[in-house]
Amino acid sequence: MQIAARHLDKITIFDISGDIDLATSPELRKALLREFRELRMPRVVLNLGAVRYIDSSGVASLVEGLKASRDVGSRFILFGLNRTVQEVLQLSKLVKIFEIYENEEQSVAP
Amino acid sequence: MSRGSLLLRMELRSNPEMLCVVRNALGQLAATLGFSEPECNAVVLAVDEALTNIIRHAYLGDVERPIQASFRRIHVPWEGQGRDALEIVLEDRGVTVNPKKMCGRALEDVRPGGLGLHFIRESMNTVEFSRRKGRNQLRLVKILHLHGPQKGS
Repeated sequence: MQIAARHLDKITIFDISGDIDLATSPELRKALLREFRELRMPRVVLNLGAVRYIDSSGVASLVEGLKASRDVGSRFILFGLNRTVQEVLQLSKLVKIFEIYENEEQSVAP
Repeated sequence: MSRGSLLLRMELRSNPEMLCVVRNALGQLAATLGFSEPECNAVVLAVDEALTNIIRHAYLGDVERPIQASFRRIHVPWEGQGRDALEIVLEDRGVTVNPKKMCGRALEDVRPGGLGLHFIRESMNTVEFSRRKGRNQLRLVKILHLHGPQKGS
């Protein structure tokens, strides 16, 4: 997995690629918690368009990011979910708790 | 039930970095057997989650412990008729798995963790845990062509 960060005004956009699993999810978790808890970013957007695979540890990292965003009153947005990622999120029954858009334009809109 | 034919056997360390290697090999194997893409994804997810559970709960994060994985094509009775299936057996020498930890959690409980076993059960047709001679054994079965044969298979 690779994480590349971009900034657009007061929005952090993470472009994620590769597999999010037990080996890589701690890095994602750490990046998300830093944005919310330390930097207090009002909005963090995850571009999951290049993610090939996600497992339960990856979903757990997303849930932790969501909880951290709620704690500080920020928004946590996902976009670009491919079929594989969508299937896993639907299987988790947690898909409804996330704010999910189709593309970046929608995700950074005011 | 026949023991079936051995397709693949793997001996790996309990290192999370090996998970992607197993996923790639298993995805190819499942596709070769004729599973559809969603079924291949389901089998890969189940085995990945099972290995994750072994690493985290049986070996408590130790990355140097042995895990054995065997993959067989078997013939099993299923809903009144014989069906071909993929049988996957994972074995580890870790601590005895606490049955309470294997219960998963309520899905409406929004918190990290506890999803792995739910994913395994949703993805496979049979999920059996046992403890024999100091080893934990997990047996997973996925029925082939449960929803009709795939094109080209």
